[in-house]
Amino acid sequence: MSVRLCGIELAHPVLNGSGTFDAIAARRAFGDELLAQFPFSAFVSKTITPEPRAGNPPPRLWETPSGLINSIGLPNRGLESFLESDLPQLAELGVPLIVSVMGTSHAEFARLVTGVAAREEVSALELNVSCPNVESGLIVGESPGETCSLLEAVRPLTPKPLIVKLTPNVSPAPVAVAAAEGGADAVSLINTLRATATDPGGGRPWLGGGRGGLSGAAVRPIALLQVREVAAAVTVPVIGMGGVSTGAHAGDLIEAGATAVAVGTESFRDPMAGRRVASELERELRRLSSV
Amino acid sequence: MRSAATPGLGARVTASLGRRACEVTRNVQAGGYRIFSALDRDGPEPAAGQFYMLATEAGWSAEEGRPYLARAFSVADCEPGPEGVRLDFLVHAVGPATRRLCALGEGERLWLHGPLGRPFAPPAELAPVTAGAILVGGGIGIAPLALWRRRLAGAGIPSRVLLGFRDSERSGGLDLFRCSEIKLASEDGHRGHHGHVTDLLEVMLEGDDAGSAAVYACGPPAMLEAVRLLCREHGVACELALEAPMACGFGACFGCAVPLAGGGYMRLCVDGPVVGGEEIETALVPGGGGH
Ligand SMILES: Cc1cc2nc3c(=O)[nH]c(=O)nc-3n(C[C@H](O)[C@H](O)[C@H](O)COP(=O)(O)OP(=O)(O)OC[C@H]3O[C@@H](n4cnc5c(N)ncnc54)[C@H](O)[C@@H]3O)c2cc1C
Ligand SMILES: Cc1cc2nc3c(=O)[nH]c(=O)nc-3n(C[C@H](O)[C@H](O)[C@H](O)COP(=O)(O)O)c2cc1C
Ligand code: FES
Repeated sequence: MSVRLCGIELAHPVLNGSGTFDAIAARRAFGDELLAQFPFSAFVSKTITPEPRAGNPPPRLWETPSGLINSIGLPNRGLESFLESDLPQLAELGVPLIVSVMGTSHAEFARLVTGVAAREEVSALELNVSCPNVESGLIVGESPGETCSLLEAVRPLTPKPLIVKLTPNVSPAPVAVAAAEGGADAVSLINTLRATATDPGGGRPWLGGGRGGLSGAAVRPIALLQVREVAAAVTVPVIGMGGVSTGAHAGDLIEAGATAVAVGTESFRDPMAGRRVASELERELRRLSSV
Repeated sequence: MRSAATPGLGARVTASLGRRACEVTRNVQAGGYRIFSALDRDGPEPAAGQFYMLATEAGWSAEEGRPYLARAFSVADCEPGPEGVRLDFLVHAVGPATRRLCALGEGERLWLHGPLGRPFAPPAELAPVTAGAILVGGGIGIAPLALWRRRLAGAGIPSRVLLGFRDSERSGGLDLFRCSEIKLASEDGHRGHHGHVTDLLEVMLEGDDAGSAAVYACGPPAMLEAVRLLCREHGVACELALEAPMACGFGACFGCAVPLAGGGYMRLCVDGPVVGGEEIETALVPGGGGH
């Protein structure tokens, strides 16, 4: 069931969604057995920013019918500390590493891409563009023009594959086309849908960050449609995600045009979901090819 | 020299990899709470203070799509046997997940992953001269203290137990302590001291031997904050078992943030749920439950 994604050989098509699996913390909780049975065929890091971030004040989670709103706020140790202490530990996982990065200007993105791509442990980079560009005030991933110009700025900095993570909060196909025109090697979608929740004890917002992003089973139908639309619009590979919890869901995304799929929220419920989805998918694909 | 019973007392136990389906062997009323047991055939014996993420195999997501995510529960008691480890949980029905768990039938199966998190540390690790332990529990928060009392007793370390309940509806589980010397308080005066359990602690800390005990507490946030401040005032070391909303329990989601004394946040599922009183800014964790 191996697949090639931007020239990277993957043992199976199931990755993790950025920010939904901390392999270092998981190894601490479950021990080295995790490495022997690592659930994903490549590991996507949590989004790294140039400087350390503490993240949003709690509460950060709200459960919805079959879904989860998170307002985590990208806590991370910052680029330097990630490269120095996290990356060597992630290299021990024994699967290709994809590092997710987010900046608020071309200069910040350039610093991240240069610093991360220089490391031989890293196979590819994912650009998280769900943030405003401080220079234009526009959310990069919501604007085809901003996305194309960001890619043009960072594309020359590395030959390593660049994946653009698309937001479902605007129609993603035009942004995907712009990313590919700017030189992206692949696109991934969907990121979370903007959402909020009210404190049951009063009319105030529940989340410390005011609002957050919806993920999980509840977003699956939206992900399926958007993956189909994007896959029809671009020739670069598509990594599909959003509410995948079984091999059948993964199979639907692949049928819609995805080359690989990612599991996010389901890993919270089942830490080995990636492995389970991969084996269910294998059966699913065998069944499809035999009919 | 450590006695034969002490090796490993307070040592963090690593979880078996992934979630497993465990059979429910018992579910009984305990005052206003329920105690149910599950047979964990493939897991280790947990340390006191550690927790499991639980979900029922059938009928999770039954009430209008919630509960969707697994929920955290402290292990209240456990017993290794020929077929596996029997895990006992004390549960208070406060919402869809806890209502579903309270209705578990014998022979039903439960998904669980764990044991997770940082357990209670022995008194000698908290303060060099401690002679014994004072256990302070409030409401459903008595659960992890029951196992801790048994483990301390097994290691020959004396402990005094102070438990408080709001009213007779919100009380139960005393039998889990398997000891007779428990000082009780209730806010409605239905049993024991009429008032807060922290009144009992205050009296105890004002006694001669105040400095020679380590305090362990679990309960509603307001109680924990009062314990923390009392211990600080009396120069007594304390550990608190906190709650925060948790989606994964193993460090994957960054949802369980608790403010640290020095600024920034910890992930309660991996750096807690047991924390030193001096490590945190406050025990009044936003969104951290308390019932
Ligand atoms: C480490 C740890 C150990 C624990 N041990 C025990 C134990 O031994 N026994 C026990 O009974 N409980 C224990 N708890 C608490 C238990 O996990 C919660 O009571 C449980 O998650 C509640 O789920 P629910 O669906 O029944 O209630 P919910 O509906 O989730 O409500 C619980 C609280 O969460 C908030 N809330 C309400 N709706 C939502 C929503 N949609 N999304 C997010 N938050 C919401 C509110 O503050 C509410 O009071 C523990 C918690 C932790 C973190
Ligand atoms: C708690 C949480 C944290 C996330 N953090 C990130 C992140 O740091 N960077 C990113 O690109 N996406 C992040 N995501 C989005 C996921 O990678 C994924 O796109 C989304 O959750 C949809 O997939 P799912 O429904 O399978 O979870 C996060 C999602 C969740 C639930
Ligand atoms: S509960 Fe997910 S990181 Fe702590």
